[in-house]
Amino acid sequence: MIVSRSSSNSPSYPPRSRKIINYIMLSLTGLCTLLVVSVLLTILVYLLWNGVHALNLNFFTKLPAPVGQSGGGVSNAIIGTLKLLALASAIGVPIGLLGGIYLSEFAGGWSAFTVRYTTDLLNGVPSVVMGIFVYTLVVLPMHHFSTLAGGIALGIMMIPIALRSTEDFLRAVPRSLREGGLALGASKSETIFTIVIPAAIYGIITGIMLDVARVAGETAPLLFTAFGNQFNSPGWLQPTASLPVVIYNYAISPYDEWHQQAWAAGFVLLSGLLVVSIIARLILARGKKLSHG
Amino acid sequence: MKTLMKPFDLSQLSKAHEVRFAGSEGMEEQLPWPQFTVADLNFFYGRQQALKNINLIVPNKRVTAFIGPSGCGKTTLLRTFNRMNETIPGTRVEGSIRLAEKDLFSVPATTLRRVVGMVFQKPTPFPKSIFDNVAYGLHLEHRLRRTEIADKVEQSLRRAALWDEVKDKLNQSANGISGGQQQRLCIARALAVDPEVLLLDEPCSALDPISTAKIEDLLFELKKFCTIIIVTHNMLQAARVADYVGFFLSGELIELNRSKQIFQNPEKQETQDYITGRFG
Amino acid sequence: MANAALSTPGIPMQPRGLEKKQTWLERLRKGDEVVHLITLSGAWSIIVITGLLVQHLWVYSAIARHTFGWRFLFTSTWDPVNGLFGAWPFVYGTIVTSILALVIAIPIGLGTAIFLAELAPRKISDALTFLVELLAAVPSVIYGLVGIFLLIPILTTAMPYFQKVFGWLPIFSGTFYGVSYFSAAVILAIMVVPFIVSISREVLLAVPVSQREAMMALGATKWDVTWRAVVPYARQGIMGSIFLALARALGETMAVTMVIGNVAQVSTSLLAPGYTIAAVIANEFTEATGDLYLHALIELGLVLFAVTMIINALARLLMLTMRGHEVTG
Repeated sequence: MIVSRSSSNSPSYPPRSRKIINYIMLSLTGLCTLLVVSVLLTILVYLLWNGVHALNLNFFTKLPAPVGQSGGGVSNAIIGTLKLLALASAIGVPIGLLGGIYLSEFAGGWSAFTVRYTTDLLNGVPSVVMGIFVYTLVVLPMHHFSTLAGGIALGIMMIPIALRSTEDFLRAVPRSLREGGLALGASKSETIFTIVIPAAIYGIITGIMLDVARVAGETAPLLFTAFGNQFNSPGWLQPTASLPVVIYNYAISPYDEWHQQAWAAGFVLLSGLLVVSIIARLILARGKKLSHG
Repeated sequence: MKTLMKPFDLSQLSKAHEVRFAGSEGMEEQLPWPQFTVADLNFFYGRQQALKNINLIVPNKRVTAFIGPSGCGKTTLLRTFNRMNETIPGTRVEGSIRLAEKDLFSVPATTLRRVVGMVFQKPTPFPKSIFDNVAYGLHLEHRLRRTEIADKVEQSLRRAALWDEVKDKLNQSANGISGGQQQRLCIARALAVDPEVLLLDEPCSALDPISTAKIEDLLFELKKFCTIIIVTHNMLQAARVADYVGFFLSGELIELNRSKQIFQNPEKQETQDYITGRFG
Repeated sequence: MANAALSTPGIPMQPRGLEKKQTWLERLRKGDEVVHLITLSGAWSIIVITGLLVQHLWVYSAIARHTFGWRFLFTSTWDPVNGLFGAWPFVYGTIVTSILALVIAIPIGLGTAIFLAELAPRKISDALTFLVELLAAVPSVIYGLVGIFLLIPILTTAMPYFQKVFGWLPIFSGTFYGVSYFSAAVILAIMVVPFIVSISREVLLAVPVSQREAMMALGATKWDVTWRAVVPYARQGIMGSIFLALARALGETMAVTMVIGNVAQVSTSLLAPGYTIAAVIANEFTEATGDLYLHALIELGLVLFAVTMIINALARLLMLTMRGHEVTG
């Protein structure tokens, strides 16, 4: 009785209206995807287009030209960025590696929790706040901006990701390998350094490369640590130019030549980052291939 | 069960030994001296007790097999012999184990594990070359010369019956050889440091029948210079390779006797049930 | 050969190999404690750095905190010349741009995540996700560059038509100069969409098949299944991704600075220029003369730090309960 009534009232389930809603909503999600992808592609293509047009050899070899003159380059900023990244890696990588080894191999209980939680906390600190911190920590006592201060700021920003990615890749090394080492009479630390780390090394390198690529584009923490410089910065204790800060300063300037330089700098920075990211992923893929025979 | 007495002294050891292994066939040969002497051993994972009051002797230069259903404690006991269980947090061990005359817990674990080598269920080749895998243990302690290491690697690979198969690719990654070869590589790696004892934890469970046969043949050669303890869930394997067999159930040692005795005429009903397939 | 051992009458006192004494060098090499301590010091240096950070922000904002108290956040006069510092325009600007950015980014990001997780073939989905994640790695200063030279011209062209329809609303009134809360919010939305997409997609893909099949068996449409079974099941993870996006938007500096106009005023209209906390720090920090000015800016940093920390903690908590949910359920 009940069965026959319901079947006569709605011959097909789901009802028409629901089917229409189904199609509308599903097409809307497709539209969202289309929108996101096209916006992102537009940005990339626009940047490449403008960047390639503004690039020339002088850009890499010359110092900035005075206002109003065309030509000139940003060789000082390229060198500055490389120096900043070298210093940042010298600070961020060792601490990240040691912390990662600690979390994966030694830590337990409240100590692991505290370190892990603080790392996440540090990772969430807005980059401009990191700039303030290093300003009060380094620039105020030294009384001037410097490569050193900028490198320290970027280095601290590198620690959380270097640490967590190292930890993750070390954790992924199977317990059986560690036991294999221990069973041969290796101590825990010998096992870590001769078996566990070599087994995870491709992943660890990938994580660090991606980390360097990430901080290479940071601008806000450099504004009041490395500051900027029209010339080459000798040594480590003078203010220095860097690509991200140059992009910022040139982009908000009123001069068309400088806008061109900003595009070129943006192009160089971004292609550098993308190349490093892609190489990093290739290294990881190679490591996976090796460990699976 | 408590046929072994304490405190341990030499005369009682051999006496206990006699009681344990003489069986119904009597003393037809000179008995080997005990490699391991275990007394009142209890083992805990946290609150859970995995081994209950174990007393046994493992004879030297023989193959002893531990059998029993999964979770019976046989692997736990094996891992107690080289103190691998210590690497698992929350474990606790009570009682005494002697390696020959020496208290097992009085030597550093790293030294002990060079004397008591171990091979695991799944092959665990390190992501290094075949040569470096075998040489790993040698690099740990001695400052050996290059040629000495090369000799030792060759000797170990020969003992593990692997030399002919890998001599041309010693520098290739150990991940590239077959599973059976990897397991023999792990045996060679353990042999390279001249262990007194070799612990094998179900070494053939991940292997095909041909590789299994090769490893079983190998054991007959190896027991000339090593005491071998093998954990297996394969009773036929135990019957083929072992001189002595211990049967475990729920963390207790039910029976330890000559292999023939266990499989033809076991003393305990539980053993009878297990080997005839009535449970487990 | 085997009988050699058998015929030996006595039991050897100890096996060969055990009698060797370790030298101190070997003991050091084997020393797990040393390695433990060194790695521990690396790990704890993070805690020291974070502690120093909090301490420095606190100490170097002392003058401003003592001078203005809580008034600092809620008064609107920002007058460095006369030493009057009220941060409300920046707080307002930060809140408005971040909320507006989320209003734009959440539906679009979630829609994309649903499409990628539920509808698109796995290969296309993976390729598009790779692209989206690549864009999460683009530095913010480059988004700012694109904002100035691409987004603002587009918005300026489109705005008159938009205002013809919606101009009567107070939030869309007034003249549009290009730089505005709205421009900043659009750039922020573009920057946080990749976060929402990639995390939400992960979470949606992790929903067990049984949840879908249960609805499917009732004769539900694909959308019904997605919206009533999959999304609710994944809502904590999605909320987590939104909180992460919010924290990122609040702290975002360069892109916002470049398109918001940097005018310390409070406007109802979203088309008016404004200012945010991060932007004012970036712009005025190096020219801050006098301790009070510097401390006022650092107090803004402290506020930003505290707010993002709370939101990040909430996000992690949500992700954590999500994980627990998966394990038990």
